[in-house]
Amino acid sequence: MGPITLTVVTPLVGALLLALAPRSRDRDVRAVGLAVSLATFAASLWLLASFDRTQPDLQLVESFTWIPTIGARFAFAVDGVSLVLILLTTFLVPLVLVASWRSVDDRLVGYTAAFLVLEAAVIGVFATTDLLLFYILFEFTLVPMYLIIGIWGGAGRRAAAVKFFLYTLAGGLLMLVGLLYLQAQTGTFDYVAIRDAIVSGRFVLTDVQQAWLFAAFLVAFAVKVPLFPVHTWLPDAHTEAPTGGSVFLAGVLLKMGTFGLLRYAMPLFPDATTTFAPWLLGVSVVGVLYGAIVALMQADVKRLVAYSSVSHMGFVVLGTFALNDVATTAAVVQMVNHGLSTGALFLLIGFLYERRHTRMIADFGGLAKQVPVMAGLWLLVSLSSLALPGLNGFVGEFPILLGTFATSRPAAVLAAFGAVLAALYLLWAYQRMFHGPLETDANRTTTDLTRRELAVMAPLVVLIVAIGLYPGPLFDLVGPSVDRVLGEVAAAGGLR
Amino acid sequence: MLLAAAAGATPANDILTVTDGVVGLAWLIPTVPALGFVAVLVARRWLAARAAYLGVAAAAVAFVLSVAVAVEVIGTPATYVRELPRWIDVGGLTVGFDLLVDQLTVVMLLVVTGVGLLVHLYSVGYMLGDSRFARFFAYLNLFLASMLILVLGSNLLTLFLGWELVGLSSYLLIGFWFEKRAYATAAKKAFITNRVGDVAFMVAMFLAFASLGTLDLLAIIDAAPTLSSGVTFTLVLLLLGGAAAKSAQIPLYVWLPDAMAGPTPVSALIHAATMVTAGVYLTVRLSPVLVGSVDAMTIIAWIGAATALLAALIAVRQDDIKKVLAYSTVSQLGYMFIGVGVGAFREGIFHLVTHAFFKGLLFLAAGSVMHALANETDLWRMGGLRRAMPVTFATSTIAWLAISGVPPFAGFFSKDQILTEAYLHGYGGVYLVGLVGAVITAFYMTRWYVMVFLGPARHRPGVHPHESPTSMTIPLVVLGLLSAVGGLVLNPVHSGPLYRFLAPISGDITAIGYEPVGPLGEAQLIPISIVAVTIGIALAWRLYARRDLSGGRLVEPVRGPVAELLERRLLVDEVYEAVFVTFGTRLARALTWVDRRLVDGAVMGSGALSVATGRLARRAQTGMVRTYVAVMVVVVALLLAAAVALTADVTVGLVR
Repeated sequence: MGPITLTVVTPLVGALLLALAPRSRDRDVRAVGLAVSLATFAASLWLLASFDRTQPDLQLVESFTWIPTIGARFAFAVDGVSLVLILLTTFLVPLVLVASWRSVDDRLVGYTAAFLVLEAAVIGVFATTDLLLFYILFEFTLVPMYLIIGIWGGAGRRAAAVKFFLYTLAGGLLMLVGLLYLQAQTGTFDYVAIRDAIVSGRFVLTDVQQAWLFAAFLVAFAVKVPLFPVHTWLPDAHTEAPTGGSVFLAGVLLKMGTFGLLRYAMPLFPDATTTFAPWLLGVSVVGVLYGAIVALMQADVKRLVAYSSVSHMGFVVLGTFALNDVATTAAVVQMVNHGLSTGALFLLIGFLYERRHTRMIADFGGLAKQVPVMAGLWLLVSLSSLALPGLNGFVGEFPILLGTFATSRPAAVLAAFGAVLAALYLLWAYQRMFHGPLETDANRTTTDLTRRELAVMAPLVVLIVAIGLYPGPLFDLVGPSVDRVLGEVAAAGGLR
Repeated sequence: MLLAAAAGATPANDILTVTDGVVGLAWLIPTVPALGFVAVLVARRWLAARAAYLGVAAAAVAFVLSVAVAVEVIGTPATYVRELPRWIDVGGLTVGFDLLVDQLTVVMLLVVTGVGLLVHLYSVGYMLGDSRFARFFAYLNLFLASMLILVLGSNLLTLFLGWELVGLSSYLLIGFWFEKRAYATAAKKAFITNRVGDVAFMVAMFLAFASLGTLDLLAIIDAAPTLSSGVTFTLVLLLLGGAAAKSAQIPLYVWLPDAMAGPTPVSALIHAATMVTAGVYLTVRLSPVLVGSVDAMTIIAWIGAATALLAALIAVRQDDIKKVLAYSTVSQLGYMFIGVGVGAFREGIFHLVTHAFFKGLLFLAAGSVMHALANETDLWRMGGLRRAMPVTFATSTIAWLAISGVPPFAGFFSKDQILTEAYLHGYGGVYLVGLVGAVITAFYMTRWYVMVFLGPARHRPGVHPHESPTSMTIPLVVLGLLSAVGGLVLNPVHSGPLYRFLAPISGDITAIGYEPVGPLGEAQLIPISIVAVTIGIALAWRLYARRDLSGGRLVEPVRGPVAELLERRLLVDEVYEAVFVTFGTRLARALTWVDRRLVDGAVMGSGALSVATGRLARRAQTGMVRTYVAVMVVVVALLLAAAVALTADVTVGLVR
């Protein structure tokens, strides 16, 4: 068994173990959950160690027979892009589980198992090279996430879960049609084979075919990102999801959208990519500004962060479709950064919610005096999110904008104002919650972070600072793979 | 003339890449205070009051190292580059933490660490007893480290790293007493206003990179002559946008007066002596680029002149001991921008240095007075402190004479040289505005001085003024000495020691071909300035020193509708509030409504769509304006997307 399969299978085995085990004490369930997720993280580190950085194409191939008649296989391989997203996933899951230790005790086995199944599915999405398996896993992630929101969520969880499920499922259906069309034309679901055929000119799609297929894929991924104007499921899902669900949703699930664009939509339909790119830049810029402005007016801090995600993921799509080495590479780096900062923000919101059972900004005030450690971390994470140089957000956002400037000057300049707006909504929220006088009894009795909570935050803080000052390894990991994708898009354009 | 001779023979620096020696260790200068920040912040509970030792020690190490580097550069003048590890390296964008040390760096290092050390020392006494005493020193160390990164960075992005981190330190220190809502608001206002400038700065970097393929300062300076005049003009104006925010120039100065919410040592160090001069540093650092666009420089000169005059006028009617000094700082920064704009780059830096001395001193003296009067800030509640606080009084007297421009104190030389250059370089209007500003400066500073120290005491009953502790008076005395003789020693005549020292870093203005305004020379211009200053002082003396001020505001001699307008800061804050805050809030509300009702409604399917339409129809009667705005917003969003899309030139490729 290779490192990829091990990383996929470990959480599945853990989930199975939990499901089959006789009624066990909560403590044991938590211990098993943590152990399994740490083992998965270790497996992903083995994957990292096995990875050859100098080799830009998909590597560490593992392939098993599945449905030979239609050319579908359990095929896995990673490039730098999928590798960093897998690492992000396996890094976040243990933190999410430990963060939920106090807030979740209802049906704990189910909760832990759902997260482990979700983890396996997401790793599968990033690692598979079979189009059918990709589609199935991409859609399957909805099931555990639906359960996590629908069972362990807030008061309006049912409606939010249904909305989340239907919205994203509908988006995916078009992609399924596109996939089946591709299979009918080529006789295989093997992504690498189809891509190579397209790049080498052995398999030619007309402009019209490309446009339709690209659009089909785009809808699925745009909903997932979520890109303006198909983003409205996200604030509802976030508001009702339990803390762990929000962290995982923002941290990892959204990246399936931007990952899909980069892995599938661009290399498979290169001409459509260059045709659609200007419009995607335009939509991204609107999303950056729109998400930020709407975030300003949110009374619920979780909704505020949800809208900030719409804005920040707009930056990622902007960089992706700027189609140059600087912006597109930085876009991938920014996927990781967004996962870390937004994940950290949702964790802090969760810790505060556990203490106060409210997320209304107006209910807080003056907390910096009462809970200085939480306030300090909140500020640090906010600064990371608003792209302060020295922290991780900047090393993604700045090259995205600098690269985009070469493609579209208005896009880069307008999106740069997103940086002003981000400072405005984040610091304004921080001011209303943590500055000012300590007035209410509830605020005066709020307790600071516990050791367990600090232990959850510490790895995130370390990465936020480390990537901010020394992002080299991350860029080196994703750079060659992104260059390869851009090369594929460019090469196909040259053939015409 | 002397000037022409000196400017004609601009010596170029050799570029030396070093890894050892004193300059090789320059990376320690920001690193030591950075470690101080982390150490004090993490161990502040355990350290308690001992945090001050750590904080002061870190500042002292930075100062000693800076002196050592200065000795090296003075001994062997050159541009030293200290290569350090990479920061960002993606595609064609390669940025390291490399340091650039030359004559300009040395001047900035000495000012920043020198005043920085004095302010650290002063804070030991000033902040004693504050519940967040240790945290204060952590933040001061963070500021010092950030400012040192700013002046040492060898490329625009590293400079920007320091630029943003000083902004963060400023935010943390303005909001140090965050329990007060107004203080927290002031902190946020400072950060956001600076972010607006940052957008300009970032776009300047994009443009520089798109045009020259590098962000390295030396490479940009080297390649600047190859830029088209249009690009140079845009680039300089974008840099000005960044500089205007950080250095509080029109139209982005509004954050600085509010920043006085921070503890007074912060006002002295960050909001007077060092951080706010970063914009001046940036423009002088890139002066070889500036000289490529005289039009852009003229705009800088006029922005500086307008700011110098406007802020000086507002200062006339401020009643808060720190607000007068704050507007004065805005005004004096305007003079530095005049210097940059009229091609007097070195004079601008000279004024930066002397201003650091006397304005740092004035703020520290103000802090000393507030310390003595139980945090009183109202000038009408002061007076008569000359006997109770002899050291504060004596040093303030020097600072007052220095900022007013009385020879031979420091400010006289530096301000006068800027005005002289404006005249000699043909900027008659700028010269006149600057001269009027000088009269007003002498006026409001005399008013300030008289109201604080002279006449009978007007403080509240129960307050017993006393001189401040030694840790606070030592910095006053040191800065007093520097304010007294700093100008005379550094650059008493135009081509003085500082002027010659800075020659290699100054943009070459010979190609511009400046013509003087008229026949006057330095020998005539200096007496004119002295007369102007005398008028200002005499007028204020007559109005304030010879009058019984115990009636408070009612006896304010500067009256009338214009004076009222000045007191209300020309309503600039109110206008900004109406334009940006009110309009911004309306827009955000409308957009939020659009999001709930239109965007979400539309995509939730036909059922929801009909509901939304029904709501929309109802809105049409009840909330016409909101609906109208909402539709407008959608249209604007579509236009925006289309505008971006239609201008994009998408070709897959590499950015070089």
